Amino acid sequence: MNDYRQRSPSWPASGRWQAWWSAHQKALIPYLFIAPTLAIFTLFVFAPILYASFMSLFEWNGISTPKFTGIDNYLELFNDPIFWRSLRNTLYYGAGVVPLSMALGLLAALGLNWKNLPGRAIFRTVYFLPFVISAVATGTTAGWLFGDSFGIINKLLLALGFEKVRWLSSREMALITVVITTVWIRLGFNMLIYLAGLQAVPNELLESARLDGATPRQQFWHIVLPLLKPTTFLLIILNIIYSFEAFDLVFIMTNGGPGYSTTVLTVFIYNMAFQTQRFGYASAIGLVFMAIIMLITLLQWRFSNEGGRI
Amino acid sequence: MADTQKSLISWRNGIFRGRGRPRLASVLIWLALFIGAVIMFFPIYWMLATTVMPREEAYSRDLLLFPKTLVFDNYVNGWTQSPWLRWYGNTLLIVGVSVFGLTIFSLLAGFAFAKYTFRGRNFFFLLILSTLMIPLQVLLIPRFLLVAKFDWVNTYWSVIGPHMADSFGLFFVRQFMLDMPDELLEAARIDGAGELTIFRRIVLPLSKPAIAVLIILGVTARWNAFAWPLVALTKKDMYTVQLGINFMKGYYATDFPAIISMVALSIIPIVVVFLVFQRYFIQGITRTGIK
Repeated sequence: MNDYRQRSPSWPASGRWQAWWSAHQKALIPYLFIAPTLAIFTLFVFAPILYASFMSLFEWNGISTPKFTGIDNYLELFNDPIFWRSLRNTLYYGAGVVPLSMALGLLAALGLNWKNLPGRAIFRTVYFLPFVISAVATGTTAGWLFGDSFGIINKLLLALGFEKVRWLSSREMALITVVITTVWIRLGFNMLIYLAGLQAVPNELLESARLDGATPRQQFWHIVLPLLKPTTFLLIILNIIYSFEAFDLVFIMTNGGPGYSTTVLTVFIYNMAFQTQRFGYASAIGLVFMAIIMLITLLQWRFSNEGGRI
Repeated sequence: MADTQKSLISWRNGIFRGRGRPRLASVLIWLALFIGAVIMFFPIYWMLATTVMPREEAYSRDLLLFPKTLVFDNYVNGWTQSPWLRWYGNTLLIVGVSVFGLTIFSLLAGFAFAKYTFRGRNFFFLLILSTLMIPLQVLLIPRFLLVAKFDWVNTYWSVIGPHMADSFGLFFVRQFMLDMPDELLEAARIDGAGELTIFRRIVLPLSKPAIAVLIILGVTARWNAFAWPLVALTKKDMYTVQLGINFMKGYYATDFPAIISMVALSIIPIVVVFLVFQRYFIQGITRTGIK
């Protein structure tokens, strides 16, 4: 191991270095291997989070000298009606997106869960396609489809004898329209994870249930759904995090409007920072937002560990 | 035809077959899936149809489900209104370099977390994994200020840097490496191979499937990235394709067919990658549940 000590001092430095290296590499290699990733995370994630915590105690517009205000930003937050409005919008958005995209994803997965279904690969590709495309592209396209006068959806509604709907230009409908678009995008993702989860449902089990006279409905509620529980819990967490953190689509489709009707927390934070230029206040909102997400995730994790391990 | 018949029959004998009228039920399920697929595909169809319509048709009040005349003016208008060549070049450079870094760094770190025991292993791993819960919006401001301090605003590095690592890549590679047999590595060590040689000669060649997944999902996520580039790249010359579309939306809002044409162009690379490498795509997503 330490044979380099016996070597004479006249050995070239590189030889000594090599010996030292071969003796210690096993201990050092793991740290060297994780170093680049760790460095990037430190620079672009951990340091910014600490910086944001610090900044949230200041009033600062990015140009003037920062003014220390203690917890004033956090106090202001609790009296800011637009913060509460954004929080409510985020919750509504999640409450629409999570169950709808999961239920429809599960339905699609159940339908596709038979290898010999004619056209199965095509169906799967078509259902999944919107998920692959950027939110900028899907959002721009959805904006075109949901247009008031020239949008194809309103034209179809008129042709079928219905009234036009002001999908994106009315305060009542805008958030619902964004939810519909998100469900279109997320459905395929949930379908894919459910399809993988369905592999865990043994055919023999269903076969014997069938022989015992269980209807498809009974098979679904009493065999398939319980066996899918771990998948469902995982998807609930992933979808909640996704829908809370959604930004691109809302920014592209409505940028929070009309009024504040689609201002979700992410859009609120972005505008507070880069439009209003209140960096300290925006940081405070961001940190409170992060705490909310962590709380929900941890709660969910606890529940899921009681219900079934992931 | 016979094949379809056969598969329909075996399908109806399959999973949710109850008693009653199985054939009808399976046809109904197929029909429901078909209608679902039509609805799911319609927006993409309409996007493509709009790009080849004359503007008068796109902006007519009548219901037209197909273009009456085929034109390519929208593509020409969209392309010539803005420096798209430059924007595509920017995007290719940013995506290429950051995915190259992501792949190498994730392989190294994933291997270390899976196959070595060292102090702080679980701590570092959980620390990185927990960043999944951090919303990007919290990071945008301090990251922007940091990048500004380095004078990196409006440089490629401002976007490449943070995109060279992500928790998904690390998590995925670690899962993959955990399945790699230890005996293989031990045998090489007994033969006197150093750790770097082992990584290069044994681990890398065995990791080809993981590398494919990393590259494909990495390229997709970075090609589609929007929020951080929006903050870091403010000069028109430095825009990526996604920022370009966003810019056009603001400036040429009255010429939607031109904008939609550029949207259609922008999704081609990703759709091609997805269709060609669908297998890896699905594998990557179902293994980790994370995009």
